[in-house]
Amino acid sequence: MAAPAIAEIEDLTFAYDRRPVLHAIRLAIPRGKVVAIMGQSGCGKTTLLRIIAAALMPSSGRARVLGQLTSELDRDGLYALRRRMGMLFQFGALFTDMSVYDNVAFQMREHTDLSEDTIRDLVMMKLEAVGLRGAAELMPGELSGGMARRVALARAIALDPQLILYDEPFTGLDPIALGVVARLVRQLNDSLGATSIIVTHDVAETLPLVDYVYFMADGRVVAQGTPADVHRSGVAFVEQFVRGEIDGPVPFHYPAAGYAADLGLAQAA
Amino acid sequence: MRAALTHLGAAVTAGVWRLGYATRFFGYLLWHSGTAFRRFRLTLREIYFAGVLSLIIILVSGLFVGMVLALQGYETLQRYGSSEALGILVALSLVRELGPVVAGLLFASRAGSAITAEIGLMKATEQLSAMEMMAVDPVARVVAPRFWGGVISMPLLAALFSAMGIFGGYLVGVVLIGVDEGAFWSQMQAAVDVRNDILNGVIKSAVFGVAVTFIAVFEGYDAPPTAEGVSGATTRTVVTSSLAILALDFVLTALMFTGGNAK
Repeated sequence: MAAPAIAEIEDLTFAYDRRPVLHAIRLAIPRGKVVAIMGQSGCGKTTLLRIIAAALMPSSGRARVLGQLTSELDRDGLYALRRRMGMLFQFGALFTDMSVYDNVAFQMREHTDLSEDTIRDLVMMKLEAVGLRGAAELMPGELSGGMARRVALARAIALDPQLILYDEPFTGLDPIALGVVARLVRQLNDSLGATSIIVTHDVAETLPLVDYVYFMADGRVVAQGTPADVHRSGVAFVEQFVRGEIDGPVPFHYPAAGYAADLGLAQAA
Repeated sequence: MRAALTHLGAAVTAGVWRLGYATRFFGYLLWHSGTAFRRFRLTLREIYFAGVLSLIIILVSGLFVGMVLALQGYETLQRYGSSEALGILVALSLVRELGPVVAGLLFASRAGSAITAEIGLMKATEQLSAMEMMAVDPVARVVAPRFWGGVISMPLLAALFSAMGIFGGYLVGVVLIGVDEGAFWSQMQAAVDVRNDILNGVIKSAVFGVAVTFIAVFEGYDAPPTAEGVSGATTRTVVTSSLAILALDFVLTALMFTGGNAK
């Protein structure tokens, strides 16, 4: 982790209304790396990603992204920051009233004065990078889940962002589509010289792909390290999570009264 | 008793809070409406979806309302030997009241509900969040063109409704029943005033356009991002818009057609 950090979180806490979600988070995302934030559903990892994306502001603590404290930015500052980022949403979030081509061209038309000819060349290059140049004229409704995710990826990198954020990029994909998206995440990060943050709970697909992993549980970072470190972390939660064991620090049974009492056997005994 | 009061207080507070939020949203929408005019192509697209696609229901409804007006009006007028005034009755009823009100109600059902559903679904499928993450303000890019598209469409639809209604009245009154054609048109021309009747009707339809379209975009933007949330918001758009049209119609009629303004 010697590379300078592109995103730094210091002593961050966050609460929705009065319900605390994140507690004393500290992490640093080194420039040029692919970093995963992993944990169970509801552990706060997507909230953390939204704080890094400056879509949410910390309740306390600091989030410094691309050299700027997000809490100190006004609306124009936030938008300027976001132009240097790309984000892939869980189910793509493609604009359903636009073709694949128009989806990828969207940011170029909104934020640049490029001619339509130049935009066309750039869109085709982005679509070629994800293998979907031939699908340029299709509408999002005509795409499979994997294709939609790849188009969303092409859209996320439309303006060559320095930081790419992925919110559960592998959810709901078949094994082939999943392998394609995983390979693209790594390939695009390296070819663009970008930094990537992946929020996910898919262990098998993510660990071979990333340079560094943060594990979260109950709104806290409980372990971190390279994928090799993770396997010998010795943290019980991480071992249960990585191996997919049904019982451990995260119990199989939701807390309940005695089983015998529920069955009416305790009284009889 | 205490629980009931607490419940009532919470409901009132929530209502006031929502009204305040809607007012701030309206101000924000107006402030960020520049895109809707600088890139008028976006607004033209919404005029097509809200206005042009509503034409069939507006024209057909206008025709039948005019035909019914002529039938009912003739029945009453002939008792007093004033059947030649049928043109006045049909035109004034449509231009002053039925055109703006019925076209507004139809617009709320056809276009308002569609606007709410579209924006609500864009929110539920994270399209608005994606836009925000791309440093594009969804209020300026999505909401404002739909709002102004509706506001521009509504008076045009009301005018077409009235025109079609007058044609329906002509078909029944003149062609079917046999009222004198010259009297039908000339009395209408003499009695309908451009400022007091037509302009006031246009003002009414413009006010209804603002109310209906704002309710539609606000409900869509504020909808909980679930299937149930979007369906509830769509229903609220139709109900609230309809009530708003009827209430505003009373207020506007009281201001326009009473006292010294009455013809």
